[in-house]
Amino acid sequence: MADKIYRVNMSNLSFKIEDVPAEWMGLGGRGLTSTIVAAEVDPECHPLGPNNKMIFAPGLLSGTSAANSGRNSLGAKSPLTGGIKESNVGGTIAGIMSKLGVKALIIEGLPEDDSIFYQLHVTKDNVEFIKVPELVGKDNYFVLDAMLEKYNKKVAVMSIARPGEMKMITSNISVKDPGGKLRSYGRGGLGAVMGSKKIKCITVDSEKYKEVTIEDPEKFKAASKVFTKALQENPISGEGLPAFGTNVLVNILNEAGGLPTRNFREGTWEHAENICGETMAENIKARGGKTTHGCHAGCVIQCSQVYNDKDGNYITSGFEYETIWALGANLGIEDLDQIARIDGLMDDLGLDSIETSVTLGLAVDAGILEYGDGKRAYELIADELANGTPLGRIIGSGTHLLGRLYGLVRVPTVKGQAIPAYEPRSVKGQGVTYITTPMGADHTAGYAVATNILNSGGYVDPLKKDGQVELARNLQIASAAVDSTGMCIFVAFPALDDPKCLPALIDMINARFGIELTGDDVVNLGSTILKTEREFNLKAGLTSADDRMPEFMKYEKLPPHNTTWDFTNEEIDEFWNF
Amino acid sequence: MKITIKLFAQYREGRFKSEERVYPNGTTAQNIMDELGISTEKLPLGVLMVNSKHQKEEYILQEGDILALFPKVGGG
Repeated sequence: MADKIYRVNMSNLSFKIEDVPAEWMGLGGRGLTSTIVAAEVDPECHPLGPNNKMIFAPGLLSGTSAANSGRNSLGAKSPLTGGIKESNVGGTIAGIMSKLGVKALIIEGLPEDDSIFYQLHVTKDNVEFIKVPELVGKDNYFVLDAMLEKYNKKVAVMSIARPGEMKMITSNISVKDPGGKLRSYGRGGLGAVMGSKKIKCITVDSEKYKEVTIEDPEKFKAASKVFTKALQENPISGEGLPAFGTNVLVNILNEAGGLPTRNFREGTWEHAENICGETMAENIKARGGKTTHGCHAGCVIQCSQVYNDKDGNYITSGFEYETIWALGANLGIEDLDQIARIDGLMDDLGLDSIETSVTLGLAVDAGILEYGDGKRAYELIADELANGTPLGRIIGSGTHLLGRLYGLVRVPTVKGQAIPAYEPRSVKGQGVTYITTPMGADHTAGYAVATNILNSGGYVDPLKKDGQVELARNLQIASAAVDSTGMCIFVAFPALDDPKCLPALIDMINARFGIELTGDDVVNLGSTILKTEREFNLKAGLTSADDRMPEFMKYEKLPPHNTTWDFTNEEIDEFWNF
Repeated sequence: MKITIKLFAQYREGRFKSEERVYPNGTTAQNIMDELGISTEKLPLGVLMVNSKHQKEEYILQEGDILALFPKVGGG
């Protein structure tokens, strides 16, 4: 049976199952969510009002045996940036939605009676609306355990915790991973959109699933084999990421002078060794954790990990470089275990660990806490933010608003979203991505760090302006396309350096659907997605004036290279000429 | 001349994190990689930095330089 669109209306608690319109047929993941947001959401709507929609969509290859194809996209208008948002996640959801034949789940409207929270239970022919008073005020692990117990089987779970219920724009949506831990649709405050629609959790049945259909199984199998081999033989996806996780980046960014430190005042941190990937791997081995762990079934990279305390008790998993940077170098916490505890807390509370942690780094400038005070940082999240106290509300409103409320000038945001882990003044290609992507400052939108710092896909000097706009554009186009396939973004490393990788990926898509896409078609797809997103943002009121770096980076020299953000507006606006 | 050598990721295994060593004038980064057995490692060189800037293997080191060697690594 052909895939369907499941459309849920929270205003009258109804649903219908629709055929997929012809123009959406060849789309998946981000390509589909951004197309539907652009087609159906009024760009001027309030993101937390009745006219915003949430669109969940697995990628084109999700649910197949293709390695690393388990990413699911969520699109909406973001309450954090005021623009379009696509955020994607691993976990079990993409595979289960695909196998159930759900090409997209669209959730629109919001209930008039805002005193009730619902669970949506999606099955083959039905969507149930279940009142869940017992889950209100509870956090993600409580909800996850309750759902797993209720269904006593494999069921995909997506949920919000207290910050999402309170519609805080640092809140995200958590997703069950294969090991029963949490992954997140991380950025853009989409937990607040789910909270506004009075949805506490969404469960998707995996009992009556079918395998996804493959038009040409032989061709698929052959391409899949080449693709998996490319991932396994690449030194980054095959060796580096499994051994050290993404946190291997601490030392290399530190060495390059691109590790933002003390709220973006310096590019190196004297305590980097305490929190780096090498130290993390040593701790994991000594304490009986796991250095390799996949966020979804079929992952052959295994960049995630299980991080235990000194007594061997679980603290967190999916312990990422960007979170560790934000709490470490940028907020000054020197103890990796303390950082891990805060990371685990943010999982349970469904908080964007980049936005929340960068906000805490800025909160030092506001006089709310001292650098390096991990105990206070934990309390501010656990006691203030999670309980919605006035101070908690301020922190839960993110970096940009905290800066405004305290009259601060050095506020590291673009389009209202906190800048992550790579200093724009010394990793300039990444800076171009931060200001031009329709998503707000997002490192995954076009990972120029690869070419500026890591020597992947060539080399463009990170300290110079030359070639950066073109680099950021090409990477953003490629990322938009990859985000539509359901592939993990880390397939980009072999794709950048191994000529067999990308053709194999395209062959798998062709074999799955019985089509004949070329490399050019894939580039065109990426370009079209970016332009669709940009068009939405322009209609929403975001203009070229929002494609700008915070002013302090233009006049404050960043040690050790003493560089500034020195692009002219004309140079930046050239980005959109394609 | 005194050179500080910093090693990262798998290059630390069986070697060291950071050491100061003395070399004759004209020593290149490649000479030091050869000495440490990094040139023949299974994992190819990813990034070579001297004083926080990317350089090539043939770079001729100067007194007080800090040489950093990384295998191919990535993340994001």
